[in-house]
Amino acid sequence: MKRRFPHRVLPGFSLTLGYTVFYLSLIVLLPFAALFIKSCGGTWSHFYEVVTDPRVVASYKLSFGLAFVAALINGFFGVLLAWALVRYDFPGRRLADALVDLPFALPTAVAGISLTAIYAPNGVIGSLFAYDHWLGSWFAPGTSLNVWLSATSFASYLGRDGLRISFTSLGILIALTFIGLPFVVRTVQPVIADLSLEYEEAAACLGATRWYTLRRVVLPGLLPSILAGITMAFGRAVGEYGSVVFISGNMPYKTEITPLLIIMKLEEFDYIGAADIGLVMLAASFGIVLLANAIQHWGARKLGRVS
Amino acid sequence: MAGIIMGARVAAMRHHPVAAATSDPWWVKGIVLTLGLSFVALFLVLPTCVVFHEAFRRGFGVYQQALQDDVTRRAIFLTLTVSAIVVPLNTIFGLAAAWCVSRFQFRGKRLLVSLIELPLWVSPVIGGLIYVLLFGAQGIFGPWLQTYNIQIIFALPGIVLATLFVTFPFVARTIIPQMEAQGYAEEEAALTLGASGWRTFFLITLPKIKWSLIYGIILCNARSMGEFGAVSVVSGHIRGRTNTIPLQIEILYNEYQFAAAFAVASLLCLLAILTLMMKTWNEWHTEKQLLLAQEAFHQESIP
Repeated sequence: MKRRFPHRVLPGFSLTLGYTVFYLSLIVLLPFAALFIKSCGGTWSHFYEVVTDPRVVASYKLSFGLAFVAALINGFFGVLLAWALVRYDFPGRRLADALVDLPFALPTAVAGISLTAIYAPNGVIGSLFAYDHWLGSWFAPGTSLNVWLSATSFASYLGRDGLRISFTSLGILIALTFIGLPFVVRTVQPVIADLSLEYEEAAACLGATRWYTLRRVVLPGLLPSILAGITMAFGRAVGEYGSVVFISGNMPYKTEITPLLIIMKLEEFDYIGAADIGLVMLAASFGIVLLANAIQHWGARKLGRVS
Repeated sequence: MAGIIMGARVAAMRHHPVAAATSDPWWVKGIVLTLGLSFVALFLVLPTCVVFHEAFRRGFGVYQQALQDDVTRRAIFLTLTVSAIVVPLNTIFGLAAAWCVSRFQFRGKRLLVSLIELPLWVSPVIGGLIYVLLFGAQGIFGPWLQTYNIQIIFALPGIVLATLFVTFPFVARTIIPQMEAQGYAEEEAALTLGASGWRTFFLITLPKIKWSLIYGIILCNARSMGEFGAVSVVSGHIRGRTNTIPLQIEILYNEYQFAAAFAVASLLCLLAILTLMMKTWNEWHTEKQLLLAQEAFHQESIP
């Protein structure tokens, strides 16, 4: 122990570590213990009954499925944006760079009502999908697209006057995409900035086309950070509440996310049920954190071997 | 090989022989920029503009009236009270955590860092739920609190606790990378010259991390004023008493008072914009410091 950590010159180790651990225990560990105790207050069969209730299972599917799709959308656009911000010089680059952090700084409730207003049938973008608008006319009744969609599970998006976005799962997807954007960009951006141009130059000297270089030289270096960013965006989106609750419409079995069910259980004073669902979400979050850490660890090892 | 090199690339190579191998053709740039920037415009610029547009749609008078409403005033006051308690506590925690994480090696450090980042992962609803389970009427300490008539949930202490939980990583996370990058040679020098630990901290460390600390505090403040999920669980939504600004926005919105809801939302939106400006300023300042340090290093090494 002593040999591994040499004598500490700077003062304040025990004070700061003690205070940090004390504060964390008070704010985090003690309340989490309460979550376990409350959940254990019920029996196993009760726990199983609560967390596999069809309505709760439908909310898992919605929350995790949409969070996954939103994370993939963020993965694609996030990498493009990170690449543009590091490699290209264009007017407004600083502004775009600053704006990427907006979902961190903007309160979720504000984002929620704003997105709802934009995608509502009378909103800036929602109105573009009315059947009498040229964009919406693609989906108008009688068109082949409309007939095809009616037969699929997407039928619920076809409203009376136009394509519905707010108050459907499409709206939830948009809110979750908004929330997750900074995670991919901010994870990938520093890695692109650290890529040394020599590898690309060497590849070009050896006769590789630009596309081949991007695919076989640049992308493998970025892959761990892209995956880590997608995982983080996924983890954040799974638990998101504030921006979703306005745009989702909260219809049982259709647009109810899991955090909303926890709140509903609490409002019915069903503390044990709320703790049970909370425990499932917490376990999922921990799984996602471990996955993201493992990916980053793998990435660091991979890069370490290359250089 | 030369045959397939396009004219534009040949022209580029003539000026910068190296650049052509490491930069993308103009049409790729065009596509990437168009896609990326439309995404920014659609998902980031448009929502911000819509907040202000909706807030002022019914004229400045309605905007002013919405902000002068008594219940809204109380919500603003409550939010200011909560962040006045939360931000200093989390700043002290952030400084302590950053000092022990960035200055020392110890067993369990990675676990501690993961714990500090925990609220970023956990759903804000769970952040509120855990305090209800602890202090609510049927919670673990519920009966005990009731006999002494102490109200935590559906009152100010609960809102403060939930906000503390959600926002404690921000100061620590902002200053830890900078403190790790700066190292502690100057602190060691000060201690060798006989300065006390506290004196070293206030005269050496604090000035070194000044700008990131200020940014961390502003970010923590913005998050504590805007927290919705966790506070929504513990507040009980009592009008004019336990409603913070975001909860007031929700109530106004659900009552179809859209102009008023967006007017209140525009305040938080301004705060977010201020936070982003502060972040950009902080990054610019850090870059400048780094450049100055490099220049000084070069001047010293070239006699």
